[in-house]
Amino acid sequence: MDLFEYQGKEFFAEYGMPVSPGELALTTEEAVTAAENLGCPVMVKAQVHTGGRGKAGGVKFAASIDEVSEHAENILGLDINGHIVERLWIEKASDIAEEYYASFTLDRSAKKHLGMLSAEGGVEIETVAEENPEAIARIWVDPVEGLSEGNCRNWVKEAALPEQAIEGAVEILLKLYEAYVDGDADLVEINPLILTEDGRVHVLDAKVTLDSNSVFRHESYVDFDQTQTRDERETAAHSKGLQYVGLEGEVGVIANGAGLAMSTVDVVNQVGGRPANFLDIGGGANADVMTAALEVINNDPDVRAIFINIFGGITRGEEIANGIIDALDRVEIRSPIVIRLDGTNADEGRAILEPHLSQTLQVAPTMLDGAEQAVALAKGINN
Amino acid sequence: MSIFVNSETKVIYQGLTGSQGKYYGLLNRDYGTKVVAGTNPKKAGTDVEGIPIFASVAEAVEETGATASCIFIPAPGVRSAVLEAAQGGVDFIVAITEGVPAHDEALFYNQLRKDFPNVQLLGPNCPGIISPGECNIGITAGHIALPGGPVGIVSRSGTLTYQALHELKEKGIGCTTCVGIGGDPVPGTSFIDCLAAFEADPETKAVMMIGEIGGSAEEEAAEFISNNMTKPISAYIAGVTAPPGKKMGHAGAIVSGGKGTAKAKMEALEEAGVKVGNNPTEAGDLMAEIVSQL
Repeated sequence: MDLFEYQGKEFFAEYGMPVSPGELALTTEEAVTAAENLGCPVMVKAQVHTGGRGKAGGVKFAASIDEVSEHAENILGLDINGHIVERLWIEKASDIAEEYYASFTLDRSAKKHLGMLSAEGGVEIETVAEENPEAIARIWVDPVEGLSEGNCRNWVKEAALPEQAIEGAVEILLKLYEAYVDGDADLVEINPLILTEDGRVHVLDAKVTLDSNSVFRHESYVDFDQTQTRDERETAAHSKGLQYVGLEGEVGVIANGAGLAMSTVDVVNQVGGRPANFLDIGGGANADVMTAALEVINNDPDVRAIFINIFGGITRGEEIANGIIDALDRVEIRSPIVIRLDGTNADEGRAILEPHLSQTLQVAPTMLDGAEQAVALAKGINN
Repeated sequence: MSIFVNSETKVIYQGLTGSQGKYYGLLNRDYGTKVVAGTNPKKAGTDVEGIPIFASVAEAVEETGATASCIFIPAPGVRSAVLEAAQGGVDFIVAITEGVPAHDEALFYNQLRKDFPNVQLLGPNCPGIISPGECNIGITAGHIALPGGPVGIVSRSGTLTYQALHELKEKGIGCTTCVGIGGDPVPGTSFIDCLAAFEADPETKAVMMIGEIGGSAEEEAAEFISNNMTKPISAYIAGVTAPPGKKMGHAGAIVSGGKGTAKAKMEALEEAGVKVGNNPTEAGDLMAEIVSQL
């Protein structure tokens, strides 16, 4: 789950990190009110789940209320890398003396947490990593041991932050690590972490990605789920608990297991078709889940054919077959369906499907055959 | 021969009294796996179709001599279940459960390294391990695997593991052991662990590897292969056409910042001498070719 900057800052503030006072605004009027409350100068910042806001003109300094109004007007509705700006964060402006970079994430190779700190902040860290890799100080933290103050201090010194920033940085980084671990984050990033003109270390931006698997111990994360960026199809699928990613083709894909679903998308492409989506109905799929999956695909106006590719491990063939038959009774499916069924109780499943087969409900012996049949149907070729 | 497990492996099922644990525990027993115990502190002293339930893994180990454990506990309980299994004295732990937080995985992975260096964890979020004809721990449908070798399989994806077994069986090719390492960010067992075990196993003559987008596990495996593997390998990487920035179901399966693409992984493997197919069927065909030349 990706947090907007303002949510990330609220999250950081809960762990005692210093962030600027600000207010959320959905309209120009709200932006003006927020600026009046905070007092100018303020920053007007687009809230989107993507980087490069500054370059796209989504972050502006406003010295007066008139400027707030002008910038808010311009930024709301702006398209930043395909993300339309619907929210603004109006924040008290800071006097910046220096800009740093700090983050924690999981290093999957080392299987430890990786902290990155650089005295060269404010730019994309990937650029720093490429052009000046020694400017990034890295620390690997064993999750069992955690981050000690001593190790943190050494790390800050290694990053060559100036003397007057060291204490403030250590304090913030220890809190950042705590937020990262305690909050079950995949990523916490502060870019820039600043030194102010009056010598304080301060959090000026917040990028936070939370692990959606951890919601069972963070009830409040349900609210963040409401503000994820999803297209209409993804929203519908998500509300039914399905793993769905929208693509741009005509062949609806339903498979069990992420790997098989990815592979099905690949194979549809390889036989000359274009998948409309990735949809993993997961391990414990039953008639209800299959119905929900077919409904989501059926509501995608671009879909011309549906390829259901099931290999049974947890999912039993007769459950899938019953699910399809059940779904066909419940929903009027617009598109022809090709089913490939293998694995646990596949024969029982196929036997259930047998009496229902027709030109618009076909079975395929293999994954490749299934993809070819579905692509042919999507292109309007009868076979 | 097989790796990690064999026909003598005695297995405890943590969560045998739950619906999934019971369903697969009994299926595994029907397959021939020595399912010797279940655990549930509230149901100690009872049994599930003749399989005794103990209060803890430690007690179950003491009473049965089990050396492996299979976890069917819901995600919030997996962290303590893994540590309980290691403390209880088993040396092979298979965690089937999906949806375990990444921080939990990182924590118990490192805890095992530190305190229980001889314990091998497989998973979480994996289908388990099957040595056809000998032992099946997890959720793989036993009948899709042909016993006898000469191929060892290691896979990051559940259903693609079955697909791989199926492709080989269709061609009459058997499997020594098939290990599903799972698609989570911190898998207990890596490609490299399995490749090393297959290289050391005299019955395994070739290895089939199924990877997917995200992370760098396949690239690391490629490096290991060029330095350490003498046995031929075929591979498939799922997600060739996956768009960047979108998680494809698995917590680990994402192309981000231009890293973790299927193309980069396929190239790394090809450079290491691996025969890489564009889909599971092609990888199966390549393996058939390899086997015919053994």
